Amino acid sequence: MSRIQESVIIRTVVRIMVPFIELFALYVIIHGAGGPGGGFQGGVIFGAAIILYAMIYGIAEGKKRVSDALDRILASTGLTIYAGTGLLCILFGGMFLQYGAVPLIPDDPAKVSKYLIDLVEIGIGTTVAAVMISLFFDVSPPESEEGELPDYEGAD
Amino acid sequence: MNKLALFVVVITGLMLIYAGQDLPPFGDPDTAMYQHNMTQYFIENSESESGVSNIVTALLANYRGYDTLGETTVIFTAGMAVMLLLRRRER
Repeated sequence: MSRIQESVIIRTVVRIMVPFIELFALYVIIHGAGGPGGGFQGGVIFGAAIILYAMIYGIAEGKKRVSDALDRILASTGLTIYAGTGLLCILFGGMFLQYGAVPLIPDDPAKVSKYLIDLVEIGIGTTVAAVMISLFFDVSPPESEEGELPDYEGAD
Repeated sequence: MNKLALFVVVITGLMLIYAGQDLPPFGDPDTAMYQHNMTQYFIENSESESGVSNIVTALLANYRGYDTLGETTVIFTAGMAVMLLLRRRER
Protein backbone atom coordinates (compact mmCIF):
# COMPACT_ATOMS: atom_id res chain seq x y z
CA MET A 1 0.00 0.00 0.00
CA SER A 2 1.29 3.39 -0.88
CA ARG A 3 1.26 6.28 1.56
CA ILE A 4 -1.52 8.06 -0.30
CA GLN A 5 -3.84 5.07 -0.05
CA GLU A 6 -3.16 4.64 3.67
CA SER A 7 -4.10 8.22 4.50
CA VAL A 8 -7.31 8.26 6.53
CA ILE A 9 -8.10 11.78 5.35
CA ILE A 10 -7.94 10.86 1.67
CA ARG A 11 -9.89 7.63 2.14
CA THR A 12 -12.63 9.43 4.06
CA VAL A 13 -12.81 12.35 1.64
CA VAL A 14 -13.03 9.99 -1.34
CA ARG A 15 -15.73 7.95 0.37
CA ILE A 16 -17.78 11.09 1.00
CA MET A 17 -17.13 12.76 -2.37
CA VAL A 18 -17.70 9.87 -4.80
CA PRO A 19 -21.54 9.82 -4.50
CA PHE A 20 -21.66 13.58 -5.00
CA ILE A 21 -19.40 13.41 -8.05
CA GLU A 22 -21.66 10.72 -9.48
CA LEU A 23 -24.74 12.83 -8.77
CA PHE A 24 -23.07 15.81 -10.44
CA ALA A 25 -22.30 13.62 -13.47
CA LEU A 26 -25.97 12.65 -13.80
CA TYR A 27 -26.89 16.33 -13.46
CA VAL A 28 -24.47 17.31 -16.23
CA ILE A 29 -25.88 14.60 -18.54
CA ILE A 30 -29.51 15.62 -17.99
CA HIS A 31 -28.69 19.34 -18.01
CA GLY A 32 -27.27 19.07 -21.53
CA ALA A 33 -30.57 20.12 -23.10
CA GLY A 34 -30.91 23.35 -21.15
CA GLY A 35 -27.38 24.59 -20.59
CA PRO A 36 -23.75 23.64 -20.69
CA GLY A 37 -23.24 19.92 -20.35
CA GLY A 38 -24.08 16.76 -22.19
CA GLY A 39 -23.42 13.09 -22.49
CA PHE A 40 -19.70 13.24 -23.21
CA GLN A 41 -18.85 15.55 -20.31
CA GLY A 42 -21.16 13.84 -17.83
CA GLY A 43 -19.89 10.42 -18.82
CA VAL A 44 -16.29 11.45 -18.25
CA ILE A 45 -17.18 12.87 -14.81
CA PHE A 46 -18.96 9.64 -13.88
CA GLY A 47 -16.00 7.60 -15.07
CA ALA A 48 -13.65 9.85 -13.09
CA ALA A 49 -15.63 9.18 -9.90
CA ILE A 50 -15.19 5.42 -10.26
CA ILE A 51 -11.52 5.85 -11.25
CA LEU A 52 -10.91 7.99 -8.15
CA TYR A 53 -12.48 5.28 -5.99
CA ALA A 54 -10.40 2.54 -7.64
CA MET A 55 -7.22 4.59 -7.25
CA ILE A 56 -7.61 5.01 -3.51
CA TYR A 57 -9.32 1.76 -2.52
CA GLY A 58 -7.36 -0.44 -4.93
CA ILE A 59 -7.97 -1.84 -8.39
CA ALA A 60 -9.41 -5.10 -7.03
CA GLU A 61 -11.94 -3.22 -4.88
CA GLY A 62 -12.84 -1.04 -7.87
CA LYS A 63 -13.36 -4.09 -10.07
CA LYS A 64 -15.67 -5.51 -7.40
CA ARG A 65 -17.91 -2.47 -7.87
CA VAL A 66 -17.70 -2.26 -11.67
CA SER A 67 -16.73 -5.65 -13.03
CA ASP A 68 -15.26 -6.11 -16.51
CA ALA A 69 -18.42 -7.83 -17.70
CA LEU A 70 -20.63 -5.00 -16.43
CA ASP A 71 -18.29 -2.52 -18.08
CA ARG A 72 -18.61 -4.18 -21.46
CA ILE A 73 -22.38 -4.50 -21.11
CA LEU A 74 -22.73 -0.81 -20.20
CA ALA A 75 -20.48 0.34 -23.05
CA SER A 76 -22.52 -1.50 -25.64
CA THR A 77 -25.85 -0.65 -23.99
CA GLY A 78 -25.21 3.08 -24.36
CA LEU A 79 -24.49 2.74 -28.04
CA THR A 80 -27.56 0.52 -28.46
CA ILE A 81 -29.73 3.18 -26.78
CA TYR A 82 -28.47 5.77 -29.26
CA ALA A 83 -28.79 3.64 -32.38
CA GLY A 84 -32.10 2.22 -31.10
CA THR A 85 -33.51 5.75 -30.78
CA GLY A 86 -32.55 6.33 -34.40
CA LEU A 87 -34.20 3.10 -35.50
CA LEU A 88 -37.32 3.97 -33.46
CA CYS A 89 -37.71 7.06 -35.63
CA ILE A 90 -37.54 4.90 -38.76
CA LEU A 91 -40.21 2.58 -37.30
CA PHE A 92 -42.60 5.53 -37.03
CA GLY A 93 -42.00 6.63 -40.59
CA GLY A 94 -39.33 9.26 -40.13
CA MET A 95 -35.73 9.36 -41.17
CA PHE A 96 -32.89 7.93 -39.06
CA LEU A 97 -32.65 10.06 -35.88
CA GLN A 98 -35.52 12.32 -36.98
CA TYR A 99 -36.88 12.58 -33.44
CA GLY A 100 -40.02 14.49 -34.36
CA ALA A 101 -41.43 11.49 -36.20
CA VAL A 102 -42.10 9.54 -32.98
CA PRO A 103 -45.70 10.23 -31.87
CA LEU A 104 -44.86 10.31 -28.15
CA ILE A 105 -46.72 13.58 -27.62
CA PRO A 106 -49.33 14.33 -30.31
CA ASP A 107 -48.81 17.43 -32.46
CA ASP A 108 -45.64 18.56 -30.75
CA PRO A 109 -42.57 17.17 -32.52
CA ALA A 110 -40.25 19.67 -30.80
CA LYS A 111 -41.18 18.32 -27.36
CA VAL A 112 -40.68 14.71 -28.49
CA SER A 113 -37.31 15.76 -29.86
CA LYS A 114 -36.43 17.26 -26.47
CA TYR A 115 -37.10 14.00 -24.60
CA LEU A 116 -35.41 11.81 -27.19
CA ILE A 117 -32.35 14.08 -27.10
CA ASP A 118 -32.21 13.44 -23.35
CA LEU A 119 -32.43 9.69 -24.03
CA VAL A 120 -29.62 9.95 -26.57
CA GLU A 121 -27.49 11.92 -24.09
CA ILE A 122 -28.02 9.17 -21.50
CA GLY A 123 -26.82 6.64 -24.07
CA ILE A 124 -23.70 8.69 -24.84
CA GLY A 125 -23.00 9.14 -21.12
CA THR A 126 -23.30 5.40 -20.43
CA THR A 127 -20.88 4.49 -23.20
CA VAL A 128 -18.34 7.20 -22.35
CA ALA A 129 -18.36 6.39 -18.62
CA ALA A 130 -17.95 2.65 -19.24
CA VAL A 131 -15.13 3.20 -21.75
CA MET A 132 -13.30 5.57 -19.35
CA ILE A 133 -13.46 3.00 -16.54
CA SER A 134 -12.43 0.21 -18.90
CA LEU A 135 -9.43 2.21 -20.16
CA PHE A 136 -8.29 2.82 -16.57
CA PHE A 137 -8.53 -0.87 -15.70
CA ASP A 138 -6.78 -1.75 -18.99
CA VAL A 139 -3.64 0.25 -18.20
CA SER A 140 -3.50 -0.73 -14.53
CA PRO A 141 -0.82 -3.42 -14.10
CA PRO A 142 -1.89 -6.89 -12.88
CA GLU A 143 0.23 -6.67 -9.69
CA SER A 144 -1.90 -3.77 -8.50
CA GLU A 145 -4.59 -6.32 -7.57
CA GLU A 146 -3.39 -6.09 -3.98
CA GLY A 147 -4.38 -2.46 -3.95
CA GLU A 148 -1.13 -0.70 -4.75
CA LEU A 149 -0.81 2.31 -6.97
CA PRO A 150 0.88 1.47 -10.29
CA ASP A 151 4.64 1.87 -10.22
CA TYR A 152 5.47 3.47 -13.54
CA GLU A 153 9.23 3.60 -13.16
CA GLY A 154 9.60 -0.15 -13.46
CA ALA A 155 7.25 -0.51 -16.42
CA ASP A 156 8.75 -2.67 -19.16
CA MET B 1 14.69 10.29 -26.11
CA ASN B 2 13.30 12.69 -23.52
CA LYS B 3 15.20 15.58 -25.05
CA LEU B 4 13.70 14.79 -28.44
CA ALA B 5 10.22 14.72 -26.89
CA LEU B 6 10.83 18.06 -25.17
CA PHE B 7 12.08 19.52 -28.47
CA VAL B 8 8.95 18.34 -30.33
CA VAL B 9 6.67 19.69 -27.59
CA VAL B 10 8.39 23.10 -27.57
CA ILE B 11 8.31 23.39 -31.36
CA THR B 12 4.63 22.38 -31.48
CA GLY B 13 3.80 24.88 -28.75
CA LEU B 14 5.62 27.70 -30.54
CA MET B 15 3.81 26.86 -33.78
CA LEU B 16 0.45 26.93 -32.00
CA ILE B 17 1.25 30.28 -30.37
CA TYR B 18 2.32 31.64 -33.77
CA ALA B 19 -0.88 30.37 -35.42
CA GLY B 20 -2.97 31.69 -32.52
CA GLN B 21 -2.05 35.24 -33.43
CA ASP B 22 -4.30 34.96 -36.49
CA LEU B 23 -7.43 33.98 -34.53
CA PRO B 24 -10.20 36.59 -34.62
CA PRO B 25 -10.81 38.50 -31.37
CA PHE B 26 -13.18 36.77 -28.94
CA GLY B 27 -16.81 37.64 -29.69
CA ASP B 28 -15.99 39.69 -32.80
CA PRO B 29 -19.26 39.90 -34.81
CA ASP B 30 -17.44 40.46 -38.12
CA THR B 31 -15.87 37.00 -38.38
CA ALA B 32 -16.95 34.59 -41.11
CA MET B 33 -18.49 32.30 -38.50
CA TYR B 34 -21.01 34.92 -37.39
CA GLN B 35 -21.58 36.32 -40.87
CA HIS B 36 -22.73 32.96 -42.27
CA ASN B 37 -26.48 32.73 -42.72
CA MET B 38 -26.62 29.23 -41.13
CA THR B 39 -25.65 30.86 -37.81
CA GLN B 40 -28.63 33.18 -38.07
CA TYR B 41 -30.87 30.23 -38.95
CA PHE B 42 -29.78 28.14 -35.97
CA ILE B 43 -30.13 31.03 -33.53
CA GLU B 44 -33.65 31.73 -34.73
CA ASN B 45 -35.02 28.23 -35.30
CA SER B 46 -33.10 25.68 -33.25
CA GLU B 47 -35.30 25.95 -30.15
CA SER B 48 -38.62 25.72 -32.02
CA GLU B 49 -37.38 22.84 -34.17
CA SER B 50 -35.52 20.69 -31.65
CA GLY B 51 -37.17 21.70 -28.37
CA VAL B 52 -33.93 22.29 -26.46
CA SER B 53 -32.79 25.75 -25.45
CA ASN B 54 -29.08 24.94 -25.74
CA ILE B 55 -28.06 25.56 -29.35
CA VAL B 56 -24.93 23.43 -28.95
CA THR B 57 -27.00 20.43 -27.86
CA ALA B 58 -29.53 21.06 -30.61
CA LEU B 59 -26.75 20.93 -33.19
CA LEU B 60 -24.93 18.02 -31.55
CA ALA B 61 -27.87 15.71 -30.98
CA ASN B 62 -30.46 16.83 -33.52
CA TYR B 63 -29.04 18.47 -36.66
CA ARG B 64 -25.84 16.47 -36.47
CA GLY B 65 -27.17 13.43 -34.63
CA TYR B 66 -25.67 11.06 -37.14
CA ASP B 67 -22.24 12.59 -36.62
CA THR B 68 -22.55 12.22 -32.84
CA LEU B 69 -23.56 8.58 -33.26
CA GLY B 70 -20.31 8.14 -35.16
CA GLU B 71 -18.36 9.87 -32.38
CA THR B 72 -19.86 7.59 -29.77
CA THR B 73 -19.01 4.60 -31.94
CA VAL B 74 -15.42 5.81 -32.21
CA ILE B 75 -15.12 6.02 -28.40
CA PHE B 76 -16.71 2.58 -27.99
CA THR B 77 -14.43 1.06 -30.65
CA ALA B 78 -11.34 2.68 -29.13
CA GLY B 79 -12.21 1.33 -25.68
CA MET B 80 -12.81 -2.18 -27.01
CA ALA B 81 -9.62 -2.09 -29.11
CA VAL B 82 -7.49 -1.07 -26.11
CA MET B 83 -9.16 -3.79 -24.05
CA LEU B 84 -8.41 -6.44 -26.68
CA LEU B 85 -4.80 -5.31 -27.15
CA LEU B 86 -3.79 -4.86 -23.50
CA ARG B 87 -5.70 -7.66 -21.76
CA ARG B 88 -4.18 -10.39 -23.92
CA ARG B 89 -1.08 -10.17 -21.73
CA GLU B 90 -2.89 -11.57 -18.70
CA ARG B 91 -3.42 -15.00 -20.27
